[in-house]
Amino acid sequence: MTSIELRAVTRWYGNVVAVNDITMSIGPGVTGLLGPNGAGKSTVLHMIAGFLSPSRGELTVAGEQAWRNPGLFRKVGLVPERDSVYSFLTGAEFVGATARLHQLPDPDRATQRAIETLEMTDAQDRRISTYSKGMRQRIKVAAALVHDPEVVLLDEPFNGMDPRQRLHMMDLLHAQGEQGRVILLSSHILEEVERLSGTIQVIVGGRLAASGDFRAIRRLMTSRPHVFLVRSSDDRLLGSALIGSPAVSGVELTPRGLQVRASDYGTFTRQIAALTRERGIRLRELLPADESLESVFAYLLAS
Amino acid sequence: MPGLLNGVIIRLTFRATMGRRRALLFAIPPVILVAIAALLTATARSGSWQPEFLGDFGFSVVLPLTSLIIGTSVLGAEIDDGSIVHLLATPVPRSQVVLSKFLVAALLTIVFGAIPEYLAALIAKGPASSLAIGLLAGALVASVIYNAVFVMLSVLTSRAIAAGLLYLLVWEGLLANLVPGVGLLSISQYSLSVANSIAHNQALHAHLGLGTAVVMGVIVTAAALAICTRRLSAFSIRGDTV
Repeated sequence: MTSIELRAVTRWYGNVVAVNDITMSIGPGVTGLLGPNGAGKSTVLHMIAGFLSPSRGELTVAGEQAWRNPGLFRKVGLVPERDSVYSFLTGAEFVGATARLHQLPDPDRATQRAIETLEMTDAQDRRISTYSKGMRQRIKVAAALVHDPEVVLLDEPFNGMDPRQRLHMMDLLHAQGEQGRVILLSSHILEEVERLSGTIQVIVGGRLAASGDFRAIRRLMTSRPHVFLVRSSDDRLLGSALIGSPAVSGVELTPRGLQVRASDYGTFTRQIAALTRERGIRLRELLPADESLESVFAYLLAS
Repeated sequence: MPGLLNGVIIRLTFRATMGRRRALLFAIPPVILVAIAALLTATARSGSWQPEFLGDFGFSVVLPLTSLIIGTSVLGAEIDDGSIVHLLATPVPRSQVVLSKFLVAALLTIVFGAIPEYLAALIAKGPASSLAIGLLAGALVASVIYNAVFVMLSVLTSRAIAAGLLYLLVWEGLLANLVPGVGLLSISQYSLSVANSIAHNQALHAHLGLGTAVVMGVIVTAAALAICTRRLSAFSIRGDTV
């Protein structure tokens, strides 16, 4: 069975540690590599693709070392994040050139198959310079799949795609995963991978923060304590009412309003309207205070 | 030469190099060279300007600058914009990538540098002159060695043009003329010495013997291509901004 194995992999640049002691095993199916920008996802992906050497630790792809091993690309397809492709070529020429570089026995047939899979047949004879960002992503994926690789690595593949294209790409990747391929994609946007039914690896600050089934981690993320900033006609009265609710674990009176820590997100959002109405308090503002992706990932790291 | 070169990379490199705006620059130095040669042939009274002009301007300005622009762009432009990853994410041996790119650079330099040098010599001295044949031979040698070095520079540094200019201006332009031993590591001297072995003209200012020039030229070319291949085999993409 094909797999990607990382054993205590660390990568540093000078004094800065980009990836810190990561151990993971990625098998067939779709795996999402999640984390905020700068967390170390791309560094991990580039090490797996053989475009960076680990400073320490062991890394194998399909049983082979990745670093300084171009022959590995017979088994691996890579979709880089950067949008730079040979834009003077048509889509078909680009995928065809990739097929020939792989020395496939029937490059034209392989090219057509990959282009049809990505639904790019209508645009295949247009220059890539005329493509939208989403189309460029799809032609890059077609080129990465042209040699039918066992392992497909995609760095932020949903960048620039509209929701429909994103869903199509998800379905396509799932279909590839179900055929026994190892599909590893990175993303910094949780919502992008909402439909991902496989496993995820969450990387925060260069460390593996969470690992496992996507739905379990998703539940963990939605049930985490949420912090809200509430402004009302009588913050002190509202605060005393809220602290009595089991859905609230803490209230703080600040110059900007009430900072409320909700332990049960769903109950709190339903209760606050009723509480203010009962006590004749006018609710002026209700803002989530910690919805940044970093705080979500930080919570995962802490738990 | 199957195994050493890759036809797909050669075709892609030709299209990419000639498709860039920078390609317009390739034509400027040779046009100036041929135009001045024609002008001097029509107006100059003295008959001794040809080796001085074609040797100095042709071998110190036109050939090295054309090589610098072409040699640093065949691989360097793709490294700069990141498109090289598509080429390197295939099992193609890195030596094939380097040799194919180098071949394209050398051929384009021959078209935009060596042949115009010969044309200028033809205009000035006629087709059968030993000067014209010598300059063509020297220019072919320059096209090969300069490009090996400039392709290597484009892999070693993102400031390959600046590094190349520094080499041309300081090493070849200044030190090689002032310090005697420096000529042993001057591509301009290798090519002028090859030209002089046919033309036998002191005005070319060649300071090396033919044997030394050929041996040094082969060593420099082979070493530059080997370093380039080794460096490309360890090509890294710096990942996250940290």
